[in-house]
Amino acid sequence: MSVVLEVEGLAKSFGGVRAVQGVGFAVDAGEMLALIGPNGAGKSTCFNMLNGQLRPDAGRVRLLGRDITGMVPRRVWRLGVGRTFQITATFGSMTVRENVQMALLSHAGRLLHLWRPATDAFVAEADALLARVGMAEQADRVSAILAYGDLKRLELAIALANAPRLLLMDEPTAGMAPRERVALMELTAGIARESGIAVLFTEHDMDVVFAHADRIIVLDRGRLIAEGAPPAVRANPEVQAVYLGAGLVHG
Amino acid sequence: MLQVAGLSAHYGRAHILDDVGFTVGAGEVVVLLGRNGAGKSTTMKAVMGLVPPSAGSVRFLDAEVVGQPPFRIARAGLGYVPEERRIFTELTVLENLEVGRQKPREGLAPWTPERLFELFPSLGAMRDRPGGRMSGGEQQMLTIARTLMGNPRLVLLDEPSEGLAPVIIERMAHAIRALKSEGLSILLSEQNLHFARLVSDRAVIIEKGRIRWSGSLAALMDAAEVREQYLSV
Amino acid sequence: MEDLLIQALNGLASASSLFLVASGLTVIFGVSRIVNFAHGSFYMLGAYLGWTLVTRLPEGLAGTPFGFWGGVLLAALITGLIGMVVEMLLLRRIYGSPELFQLLATFGVVLVVQDLALMAWGPQDLLGPRAPLLRGSTDLLGLRFPRYELFLICVGPVVLGLLWLLFHRTRWGRLVRAATQDREMVSALGIDQRRLFTGVFFLGSLLAGLGGALQLPRESVNLHMDLAIITEAFVVVVVGGLGSLGGAFLAALLIGELHAFGILILPKITLVLVFLVMAVVLVVRPHGLLGRASAPVRGAAAAPDPPVGPTPRPLVIAGFAALALLIVVPPFLRDYEVSILVDLAVFVLFAASLHFIMGPGGMASFGHAAYFGAGAYGAALLVKHLAAPMGIGLAAAPLAAGLLGLAFGWFCVRLSGVYAAMLTLAFAQIAWSVAFQWVEVTGGDNGILGVWPAAWANTKLVYFYLTLALCLGGTLLLRRVVRAPFGMALRAQRDSTLRAEAIGIDGFRIRWLAFALAAAMAGIAGGLFAYAKGSVFPTYLAISRSVDALLMVLLGGVQTLSGPILGAIGFAGMQEQLMRASDLWRLIMGGVIIALVLFFPQGLAGAVRRLWEGRRA
Repeated sequence: MSVVLEVEGLAKSFGGVRAVQGVGFAVDAGEMLALIGPNGAGKSTCFNMLNGQLRPDAGRVRLLGRDITGMVPRRVWRLGVGRTFQITATFGSMTVRENVQMALLSHAGRLLHLWRPATDAFVAEADALLARVGMAEQADRVSAILAYGDLKRLELAIALANAPRLLLMDEPTAGMAPRERVALMELTAGIARESGIAVLFTEHDMDVVFAHADRIIVLDRGRLIAEGAPPAVRANPEVQAVYLGAGLVHG
Repeated sequence: MLQVAGLSAHYGRAHILDDVGFTVGAGEVVVLLGRNGAGKSTTMKAVMGLVPPSAGSVRFLDAEVVGQPPFRIARAGLGYVPEERRIFTELTVLENLEVGRQKPREGLAPWTPERLFELFPSLGAMRDRPGGRMSGGEQQMLTIARTLMGNPRLVLLDEPSEGLAPVIIERMAHAIRALKSEGLSILLSEQNLHFARLVSDRAVIIEKGRIRWSGSLAALMDAAEVREQYLSV
Repeated sequence: MEDLLIQALNGLASASSLFLVASGLTVIFGVSRIVNFAHGSFYMLGAYLGWTLVTRLPEGLAGTPFGFWGGVLLAALITGLIGMVVEMLLLRRIYGSPELFQLLATFGVVLVVQDLALMAWGPQDLLGPRAPLLRGSTDLLGLRFPRYELFLICVGPVVLGLLWLLFHRTRWGRLVRAATQDREMVSALGIDQRRLFTGVFFLGSLLAGLGGALQLPRESVNLHMDLAIITEAFVVVVVGGLGSLGGAFLAALLIGELHAFGILILPKITLVLVFLVMAVVLVVRPHGLLGRASAPVRGAAAAPDPPVGPTPRPLVIAGFAALALLIVVPPFLRDYEVSILVDLAVFVLFAASLHFIMGPGGMASFGHAAYFGAGAYGAALLVKHLAAPMGIGLAAAPLAAGLLGLAFGWFCVRLSGVYAAMLTLAFAQIAWSVAFQWVEVTGGDNGILGVWPAAWANTKLVYFYLTLALCLGGTLLLRRVVRAPFGMALRAQRDSTLRAEAIGIDGFRIRWLAFALAAAMAGIAGGLFAYAKGSVFPTYLAISRSVDALLMVLLGGVQTLSGPILGAIGFAGMQEQLMRASDLWRLIMGGVIIALVLFFPQGLAGAVRRLWEGRRA
């Protein structure tokens, strides 16, 4: 398998507080890598540096061998990095289909067109993406009134619109019911394997993590403290102490 | 202590609560279980007066509270801990607690910051820190502590475990048990059944705005088909 | 050297007064998130009330220290109570409305207060008495300096200190700070937020009233005080950072001194200087000197805009019917009536262009008149200096306005919300000053005359058809663009900046180009207006015209594409009728605006749409 994302020596401080220090890892094509750790461990900071929302103080981020450190999010996206957010971010005043069309129009570089109505563009492509995530029937609904789980699936469809090589998913199943969680992650894993997309996700639901991650990395106070296959990470005493606890609240 | 009957609410033309009814007894911990969007948060907001119900009754300590503004409901002894924490980020820990402070209530030992720091030791170590510079787990503890400063007789806890690390959730469970042992009544909303089991006496399952099942936690754990149908576990 | 020192002290005294007013404004904004235009009116009321109380004292009290200072304090107190009443009767009902609607409501209050003050105190300037105990001057560093000014210099820091103590050392203050962030949560914690808000309005208005009453010994009281002070207070609050008291104090010092020295060195461009400083501060620090990016206020969230669907059939039919009327009827009208139709067509395009950036773009502009004026002056300058024909003039109008939009927009669209709105205001004021003060080129106050249409279009009727074609074309083009990929990208970055960036949309570029496009369209409107009137004046770019455009868009409704059209016709028509029919047009207009905000919170078009959808449901 080929390496899609390589991260080395990533560091970031906020007002003297080191949020992330010396973090390095890699994700392969088709692999599901989970990033876990306590609240405030630096997971979001880490994520935001990968897609360019934050500029790292030090370190390198490479996508398919190309250095993308410090690039702005929209350039990172153009190079093939899709993203879903912890708190869903969609265009609330648009229909589900228009949300996806927007991403397709952007991918095609047609954002500055002034004349032809946007709703007529890439209809088939948008519907195909929506069908892929099981949202075809809701294509004409306004995204602002979607149920939470559906918003998450819409975000996935948007993220897939430019045929990404890497998907960054920040707590993809937060706020969903257990079976919905499983369904979304199975869907994601299926798409990832099928299209050779590397997936990096953060997650607090350990049932999801242990069921769907191929590999897990653990962050605590900005440092990587463990890395490995799920059973090994689960058995790691340090990880249990700072994060997993006694196992009372997960299966 | 809390009797909810026939509670309905609308958002535009959509029914979000439909004839919801349940009770919470003195010293009891009741958990509202259900998927996201099932109506758990709306139920809590409707009880608290933050969402106007279109029909129904909410009686707290034998007085009707529907139609009362939220601050009166809070003053009557109903505490509310919202999801998403909503602490005052510009205010320090102590100032956050001060905002929650209300008069002592008859027959209850009044909560003070010192007593709360015993319950949540990590807060005691950061009294003057602004709320915005705390981690998610610490913020969640602070919201609960802030509500306790109002000396409530019953607390509505909306998804306290959401987005927290398993270790922190375990600590939260400890704290809730300690509060229960002091005689506080709690209405909890949850999706994490593991966590709900650790702290609750009874469960009420809500789905698409309606109550579908209620009974003891033990009965719920025996009823695999109920869990399967409504909680999809 | 001596002059400089005197000016510096003068600047400090002005800064104190400015701070009093600005502190009230910033405190009110902090809690209620209302940008309170009426704050200037409270300042004016404080001055008028102070004048009445101090000069109409019973025998024995007049001229005594007790009479004067008691009168000043009482005036502040009464102003505070008036502010409280306004909050309880009006603002309390609209806390859930969009920010700009609240602004509109407070502007309605401004208009009402202006006419009420005119009725109560008359149009003439009123002179206040000197302050007892503080008459005369004191020797300071070998200079004679008026004692009252020294007293004022001390008032600012004292008030700042007291306010700081109030907000950080009292329970009430902490509750206010908490409510600033999340009012719903505060009420769920057992606190009566309505009383809290009313209290804050009392305090804020009291500070404004005090600021006004303390001006009595310094300057005369007049009916223009309200808008003069509110513009400055806005600048101070924005430069300092919204909601920041310390920032307001620093900014007041900065602006006060700038005024004092500006008058000494470059009297002509003092105003430009103030706005230039504001522009620089906002470009370097987008949230003001001490301001911070504020999270959206909880418990006041507005629902997302409805989607832009295809134009409903009945609307298309109504549109064609209206168009047919506009083509068939004018030949039968008198010249005067046709010229009113020309004005209406111009305002429709002007409003539609502002709506383009406000609605789909999600940006507010308080200075849209700059581009209207740029179009007008662009054409008129060519006529005056190069004797250009009308065709060239009308082509130059959108070009000039569009270029100005590119230049100003490059700064403005970096900011958001009130800051962006204030920066647009600043640039518009700069543009106005240039038109007003660069007499050699623009003719200054006298404007440029003789901007007449070409011979073929020189009858009212032909010119109307020309205007109709261009304005309708422009308005429909904007509607088309909203539905095109560019317009959709514009709405996308408004809905979610985060998501937009994450799918490769360059929000800055989209907003910038949209701003320039809107400016160019406003320029066409301005150019047509210039030829219709035969002249251009600096008032074409004045604040009041920007406010007119804002009122048109808000009256019509920001959320619908037809809103600006209805709003422009409704507003311009109403203003025209009222100004002819009644001396009290401000009072009536203000009342109408307030009523609209209270009863049609989604504007005229929004109300029509609701009625329509309600009937079908």
